[in-house]
Amino acid sequence: MTIYPDRLSPNQDDFYNQLMDAHDGLTEAESHALNARLVLIMANQIGDPGILKDLIDTARGYAHV
Amino acid sequence: MAYDYAPYPYVPPKGLTEAEPRHPVAIIGAGPIGLAMAIDLAQRGVKSVVMDDNNVVSVGSRAICWAKRTLEIFDRLGVGERMLEKGVTWKIGRQFHGHDEVYAFDLLPEDGHKYPAFINLQQYYVEEYLIDRARDFPDIIDLRFKNNVIAHEDKGDHVLLTVDTPDGEYTLEADWYIACDGAGSATRERMGLSFEGQTFQEQFLIADIEMEDSPFGDEAVPERWFWFDPPFHPGKSALLHMQPDNIYRIDLQLDVDADAKEEATEEKVLPRIKAIVGDKPFRLDWMSVYKFRCIKLDQFVHGRVIFVGDSAHVVSPFGARGGNGGIQDVDNLGWKLAAVLQGEADEGLIGTYHDERSHGSAENILNSSRATNFMTPKTPIEALFRSEALRLAHDQPFAQKLLNSGRLSVPCSLEGFDLQTPGTAQIAPGRPAVDAPLSGPDGDTWLIEEVQGQFTLVGFGDVTLPQIAGLKRIGINQRADYPCFTAKANHAMRRYGADIAYLFRPDGHVCAVFKKPSQAEVQNAMDRAMAQSSEDAA
Repeated sequence: MTIYPDRLSPNQDDFYNQLMDAHDGLTEAESHALNARLVLIMANQIGDPGILKDLIDTARGYAHV
Repeated sequence: MAYDYAPYPYVPPKGLTEAEPRHPVAIIGAGPIGLAMAIDLAQRGVKSVVMDDNNVVSVGSRAICWAKRTLEIFDRLGVGERMLEKGVTWKIGRQFHGHDEVYAFDLLPEDGHKYPAFINLQQYYVEEYLIDRARDFPDIIDLRFKNNVIAHEDKGDHVLLTVDTPDGEYTLEADWYIACDGAGSATRERMGLSFEGQTFQEQFLIADIEMEDSPFGDEAVPERWFWFDPPFHPGKSALLHMQPDNIYRIDLQLDVDADAKEEATEEKVLPRIKAIVGDKPFRLDWMSVYKFRCIKLDQFVHGRVIFVGDSAHVVSPFGARGGNGGIQDVDNLGWKLAAVLQGEADEGLIGTYHDERSHGSAENILNSSRATNFMTPKTPIEALFRSEALRLAHDQPFAQKLLNSGRLSVPCSLEGFDLQTPGTAQIAPGRPAVDAPLSGPDGDTWLIEEVQGQFTLVGFGDVTLPQIAGLKRIGINQRADYPCFTAKANHAMRRYGADIAYLFRPDGHVCAVFKKPSQAEVQNAMDRAMAQSSEDAA
């Protein structure tokens, strides 16, 4: 598991609010689909295969906590 | 010991038997906002009559968290030091998830400030101190308890008020009507002004308990503790604060459909508190079940009627942005209203109170709504994101910053508004004074004590200040024929920079900065801050 430096602040509340707003009015299934699309788009923006593998491993690592 | 709610005397007002001369200012409501307003005006020589339908201070602790900027304003009004002495000083907020601490923030990590990040002090003490202070101006502040304003009519150049008392009704006239009558403002209701916004369905229980042993456990240092999903209150949130007199504030989120009346009974509340404090003995001092809204008026100024504090805007309590926002309203309006009444500025200056404070209030509403949304997820997806943010926050710094249990009140910046002359400096025009310790001709002092109250030009380091009528000048780390101070531990120079002059408005906000201030430039900036166009000034 990697500890990542914080790159969202000081705009973290703006981001979180935008994310919640994007889900506004969607069914739960539609929200999961939105999340899936968002992960894919963000992955494309990140691009680097090594970083992506590390992010996936870290996120997956919390599934056992 | 429980607070002694001694009633203030009702005195039959003169208006019952004869017509009163027109008052310059009528202030409706003798809560913290109305009282602070009267004191601010009194210090500028403006008379006011303050009317309240009640005759005791706030029942229950209500507003308890007073922010640094508020304390600096209260310092100018003459009650800051008394509040600081009585209040509980804190600056650390800890956030817990279940049993674990996930993130702590320090609201004032540096020293060299007269006032701390926050003090906790019950609203009844604040009102008591303000009433004591108001009584220092017996000829200027006319404080009338059990005087209930039941009607008002804007006559264009004054307002006619009808007031009910235990001895019957009377009328009085005032040049300006300042509505400080709170969230349920009767003034606003009478005028039929729309007051709609986001209403939150969640209910919260607020309970003050008195106990000898601290519920913070071994931690004797007062802090703000917030729990997401605490073991003693599963699935909800909880907040703990310390107040003076061994009184602790507990705030618990309840179910959306909880019965408010039933929840505010000892049978329901005592077990909830025991779940937190265990077997330690305590006394229940006050409790209340509440919901809240986030709303502001479209316009704070309606002709001769001006809304100040909760009558103009209400927020969720998470972030301490209600009372602290209201005191900044007072700070903004006081000098402007005095300038207009004393013929130094046109009425247009009053309009800038709306511009600047509506902006401050929108900022408070944005922050407090976001905190409330984070604390009370509305949909399964919101709950999912919240719960994963909490999970990640155990390790990941970015997720710790996402946790939002209230973004605590910070002073509002007025950057970009018309009264400020654009400029670049470490403290940009629009921002409020940042405090620093100084030593001067009369011993040690603080920057906030020297720059608040009137237009003040301050030279830091090698810069020469021109002389202008009605302008106070001081120098820091320089020698001149006006009062000069030394920046202790160099804090002031580090915070403001060297070889630069700052012009402060009477409310302590920077309104212009100069590398080489000329008399004309400074005069123009002062005129601009008084909403006078340069043609008028010429």
